[in-house]
Amino acid sequence: MAVASLILILVYFFPIWSISMEAPQYPEGMGMNISVNNIEGKEPQHLQNINGLNHYIGMKEITPESIPELKIMPYIFGFLIVSGLGIALWGNRTWVLIWLGLFVLFAIGGLVDFYLWGYDYGHNLDPNAPIKVPGMTYQPPLIGSKQLLNINATSLPHIGFYIALVSMSIATTVWWTSSKK
Amino acid sequence: MKTTTTKHWLWSLPVVALLGLLSYGCSSNGELGSSAEAAQQVYVAPGEHDEFYGFFSGGYNGQLGVYGLPSGRHLFTIPVFSQAAVNGYGYSEETKAMFQTTDGFVPWGDAHHPELSQTNGETDGRWVFINENNTPRIARIGLDDFKTQEIIEIPNSAGNHASSFVTPNTEYVSAATRFSIPMDEEDLSNMDVSIDTYKENFKGTISFIKVNEEGKMNIDFQIMMPGFNYDLSHAGKGPSDGWSFFTSYNSEQANTLLEINASKNDKDFIAAINWEKAAEYAREGEGKVIPGKHYRNYIDHEEGGIAKSELIEEVRVLDPRELEGLVYFLPTPKSPHGVDVDPTGQYIVAGGKLSTVIPVHSFAKMEEAIANENFEGEVMGIPVLNYDSILHGEVQNPGLGPLHTEFDGNGYAYTTAFISSEIVKWDIEKTEVVDRIDVYYSPGHLMIPGGDSQNPDGKYLVALNKITKDRYLPTGPEMFHSAQLIDISGDKMKLLLDFPTEGEPHYAQGITADKVIKEQKRYYDLSENGHPRATTSEKQTRVERDGNEVHVYMTTIRSHFTPDNIEGIKVGDEVYFHVTNLEQDWDVPHGFAIKGANNAELLIMPGETLTLKWEPKKVGVFPFYCTDFCSALHQEMSGYIRVSPANSSTEITYGTGQ
Repeated sequence: MAVASLILILVYFFPIWSISMEAPQYPEGMGMNISVNNIEGKEPQHLQNINGLNHYIGMKEITPESIPELKIMPYIFGFLIVSGLGIALWGNRTWVLIWLGLFVLFAIGGLVDFYLWGYDYGHNLDPNAPIKVPGMTYQPPLIGSKQLLNINATSLPHIGFYIALVSMSIATTVWWTSSKK
Repeated sequence: MKTTTTKHWLWSLPVVALLGLLSYGCSSNGELGSSAEAAQQVYVAPGEHDEFYGFFSGGYNGQLGVYGLPSGRHLFTIPVFSQAAVNGYGYSEETKAMFQTTDGFVPWGDAHHPELSQTNGETDGRWVFINENNTPRIARIGLDDFKTQEIIEIPNSAGNHASSFVTPNTEYVSAATRFSIPMDEEDLSNMDVSIDTYKENFKGTISFIKVNEEGKMNIDFQIMMPGFNYDLSHAGKGPSDGWSFFTSYNSEQANTLLEINASKNDKDFIAAINWEKAAEYAREGEGKVIPGKHYRNYIDHEEGGIAKSELIEEVRVLDPRELEGLVYFLPTPKSPHGVDVDPTGQYIVAGGKLSTVIPVHSFAKMEEAIANENFEGEVMGIPVLNYDSILHGEVQNPGLGPLHTEFDGNGYAYTTAFISSEIVKWDIEKTEVVDRIDVYYSPGHLMIPGGDSQNPDGKYLVALNKITKDRYLPTGPEMFHSAQLIDISGDKMKLLLDFPTEGEPHYAQGITADKVIKEQKRYYDLSENGHPRATTSEKQTRVERDGNEVHVYMTTIRSHFTPDNIEGIKVGDEVYFHVTNLEQDWDVPHGFAIKGANNAELLIMPGETLTLKWEPKKVGVFPFYCTDFCSALHQEMSGYIRVSPANSSTEITYGTGQ
């Protein structure tokens, strides 16, 4: 159980999710990585360039400051790590299950939140935007690829997400094996 | 009578036919089995890259052309010695200083010999140097951003032709005066004397410019030389490292009708300079320090890439009459042009343009002759070595008018023959011709990537032809010059490709693309923009009046200027547009052009700040716009500036999107 908690420390060092974009003018592609507390370009200049392109369709500027969840997330993981370690020391099977349940809820909550932000960015467009395509919205896919005008956007989990999955599986195994005893 | 003539004529027919057959059989001339085979060798598929960069001097356009090899595609032109309206180089306030000389602002130059920087005798992809022949200067171009970084003026020189050749670790880049001029014995100042006092008063100089780790150039020392014409040069390498070789012609010291009067002597000289010894003399404070005003212009990267000019007052001069072991003359037939040192550093090859042979000097024999004082004379304190004692061999039948030689690293040398319009391949050890190929027409220099270094890439050779005539679709009386790519990977040379080249390429250099690509800049980091008048965000944009000077602090980003409406300018104002390109994306420059500007446009790279001066002369509203099709809404990227009469009271106002 301690391993399941401690491994979560790695989440702070790797992005959780990533959105990659390809377009004819960007043969090498560009993209952004979302981590527990930040959203940044895959290369330093990418976020600026994505925002530069987005302003033509009237999308709001994507900045880490505008997304308050990025300030909360580190604490959520902090809570999971500390409580997980507590359970490892003093907890029992039930606590493991509760911990796991919370973690899964957080994960689902996070994905729903991510979807809502995507919806907001993709639909809530400036009416004065130079490029307006009737009926067109620009919500990136939650997971998978989608063609948005000249840009093919691909949204996929990144290392941080997989680390969380590993942590969950370890916790599940702990719960499972301890049940057999 | 008539029948006899006919008979005679008929008799000659079979001879003509036989000759024709013979010459057909012999004239391989590098013809390939099929042109498809050649096409395949030079074909670089869409989206693929060339194997080599080629840097071709632009000659009288003053710039440096960049070509891909083997495709021959013209990739870029780097502005160096001539103002370039294409991007505002030499017109923008930031770059004007690059053209500063002791003769004032010199907007044009004659660019001759590019030379890549070297480490351990190999091209290293850091910089390329190039000389200016007319107003003696040497430029250093950075290969990270393909921009001219520094230009240094050479004092006490007139016609900087034998330049800019580097030593094997780029310790020095050298220069020598093509035209000797009357120089005062004491301070080398140019003299107001009759031209026909040539023999008495005229002198030459050879200069060694030290290059430091960052590339900064300074003239370490000059060597006073007899009043000949110094033509070309190459540094020694391997065993001959520490020496440099300069050809001279006009040892007759003629000052008029040189084509006749400077072509009389059977032999002129190669000057062998012991630069290592000279550097030691200079370090020890030998020679004398004399007035020698010259400018060093450089891009100040600490301050936003603004060019600065520094006036240097003095220069150290070494006199071979006083300092022993500095210079030796190698007699060389006849009016030699190129001098090239083979990759092993053992042999010094001269292109005696009026000579019927290619003389090859041996460095080892030269050293021996010096040690034994095997001299046949002396000129201005400089010992003249005995020709026979230093000769490795003479290449017989090398074609007419041999000029320049490059090497493939496999024991062969390739020499251009200007008059017979061919390239001759010969074995260096045996000094024997092994192959020859016609080129079209009249080659000057030739280039093998790394072909003058210790490690040539002996795959392709480029002939830089001086005469184009019928090779391409005609473009009136004036045409681009013609380069030809030749495959030298086999025993026989094969002609692969013709391609036109801008200006008049003299020398060229080639380098494996890998060595250059790895350090490429894609844009300038805005956070590192140290320009004192940069505006790194739209919030900082403003317009400020200071007397009749108006400073517009402007930004560009797809697809608008900030500010794009400006009022309060008056006739007689000097308006400075300081334009910062806020983009941080590869290949998104913005242009800035304003109606009636008397200079040029600006082409501002991402993250860069450039300034255009504009002096409005008429009342009204004037548009400005982006000149580089930057985005789908590029045509919308424009603005207006209102100019009021000189005595009006229109206040300065500005903005975007109000």
